[in-house]
Amino acid sequence: MRRLTRDRLFAIVLLAPAIVAVTIFVYGMIAWTGWVSLSKANDLSFDMSWNGLANYESIFASIRFQIDLRNLVVFTVFFVGISLVIGIVLANMLDRKIRAEGFFRSVILFPMAISFIVTGVVWKWLLTPTAGVNVLLGLDPASNRWFTDPTVIHLGTDSPAGKILSDLGLGALASTEFGIPVALFSLVIAAVWQMSGFVMALYLAGLRGIPDELREAARVDGASEWQVFRRVILPLLTPVTVTSVIILGHISLKIYDLQQAMTKAGPGFATDFPSAFMWQTAFTDNAFAKGAAVGIVMLVLVATLIVPYLAWSRGQETE
Amino acid sequence: MTAVAVPAKAPAIPRRREMLRRIVRAGIYALLLAAAVFYLIPVYLLVMTGLKTFAEANNQALMWQLPASASLDSFKEAWRTISPNFVNSTLIAVPAAVLSSMWGSLNGYILAKWRFRGSETLFTLILFGMFIPYQAILIPLLKVESAVGLYNTIAGLVVVHIIYGIPITTLIFRNYYVGIPTELVEAARVDGDGFFGIYRHILLPISIPGFVVVLIWQFTSAWNDFLFAVTLTGQQNWPITVAVNNLAGSFEVAWNVQMAGALIAAIPTLVIYVLLGRYFMRGLLAGSLKG
Repeated sequence: MRRLTRDRLFAIVLLAPAIVAVTIFVYGMIAWTGWVSLSKANDLSFDMSWNGLANYESIFASIRFQIDLRNLVVFTVFFVGISLVIGIVLANMLDRKIRAEGFFRSVILFPMAISFIVTGVVWKWLLTPTAGVNVLLGLDPASNRWFTDPTVIHLGTDSPAGKILSDLGLGALASTEFGIPVALFSLVIAAVWQMSGFVMALYLAGLRGIPDELREAARVDGASEWQVFRRVILPLLTPVTVTSVIILGHISLKIYDLQQAMTKAGPGFATDFPSAFMWQTAFTDNAFAKGAAVGIVMLVLVATLIVPYLAWSRGQETE
Repeated sequence: MTAVAVPAKAPAIPRRREMLRRIVRAGIYALLLAAAVFYLIPVYLLVMTGLKTFAEANNQALMWQLPASASLDSFKEAWRTISPNFVNSTLIAVPAAVLSSMWGSLNGYILAKWRFRGSETLFTLILFGMFIPYQAILIPLLKVESAVGLYNTIAGLVVVHIIYGIPITTLIFRNYYVGIPTELVEAARVDGDGFFGIYRHILLPISIPGFVVVLIWQFTSAWNDFLFAVTLTGQQNWPITVAVNNLAGSFEVAWNVQMAGALIAAIPTLVIYVLLGRYFMRGLLAGSLKG
């Protein structure tokens, strides 16, 4: 018994460095950032005196940050949605005893191994209007401007739908503020190229875990292939779907490297994100307190996604 | 489920089914091939553009054609510019991966086999660290690195990758060790093994796959990191991601050199993926908490 207690002590002592490191570098530094975000540290003098919520008011009032949040929502919806659809379709195709399955799987998944920087550099070249895809498909560079396109798709307050929205007092929804910047789709394509294989791999692992008897039983009951998928397979894959949405969603909310390699922020702020706003505010303009405020907003966004997921995932394990 | 209607003309159905099945399969292969083209097209462009001479790469109308003659000039030119950064990346990613995996193995062992009250909650709190946007810690991190003299050093980045690698490495090893039967551990304890004995005799000998997964994961994320590097290092200590991004952002650098540089930056992780894809996969799946 004495030996056991000594071993338990070893365990706790040897785990301590990791606990201390995470406490300081994760939780401590988040608290520190939070404190900076409430200060006047907006130049190199780093004046930490109390500033209340002024930095938050300032960033939320800034047009650029509003655009960033819109871009983040648009990018996340399209990136996660498209990756999910492509991933699930590819996984289902590969799960049908395909010849050369290993080859297809490797080809679809390999972009995961390379950095968003390399992906961004290549796709920038692929989507440059005077080169790449436009040359390959013979598209007119003037009308296919990809990431250089400043257009923001929106209803317009003059359109019939826009008028209805205006009558309801929701006219803003029809303006460019809630529009979809065309340039963002270039980033979506590159991000989907890199991450959809990951979703495919998750779904394929999920599909392989579903016993064939379940499918057979449904077929014997007279279900069509689509019904088998919709009523039997898809519900069983819910955990995979949740996981994919969470993993892609949190990557999307933090997206930075890809945008830096492809567009920086432009045209205008059509492809700007909070991550880039934070970096420029804090490390180029030395407005640390405002940068910290952006960082905290990003953290809150990610936490609303991750905290319930962690709770769910722990719960699943103890089941 | 709806009841099955009894087919009136029994033989016609199987034949139509068979036809349909064939068409579906042909469609699947066609779609998979199209997908393969989509995923491989950037590779084709990277390699072909990299192999072209400067004059040839300049003609964008011919960018999809094979190079008239293979020239390694763009790779030489890119290598001349980014070889110091390639070395930096190696000096960052290798020690970070090795040290992370050793630490992660220890943490995972404790959290899997020496649970104490609150250890599961502690584990969840550690896990949160792997999802945070680093923008929420960058400002203090920069201050601390400057204060202790690690700002703009290779060692500074190694430390950062090890610390922010704790959650994922601990997760992978913990989930790996949880699968080892407690009876084995108990048996070793009866034989007189203590904390270290159990680790050395029971867990370490079967840990190799776990180490491979973690080494690959940590190497890849350190090699591919951009945000920490661009914030915490200056030009002479830049890893290859920052250098390639800089190369690509410059108007004076020809496209073929940019492509060659991007390919050089991608090669180490691609080689690992090709050689050890299975373990790479496991790391990915572990990253989704399912181990």
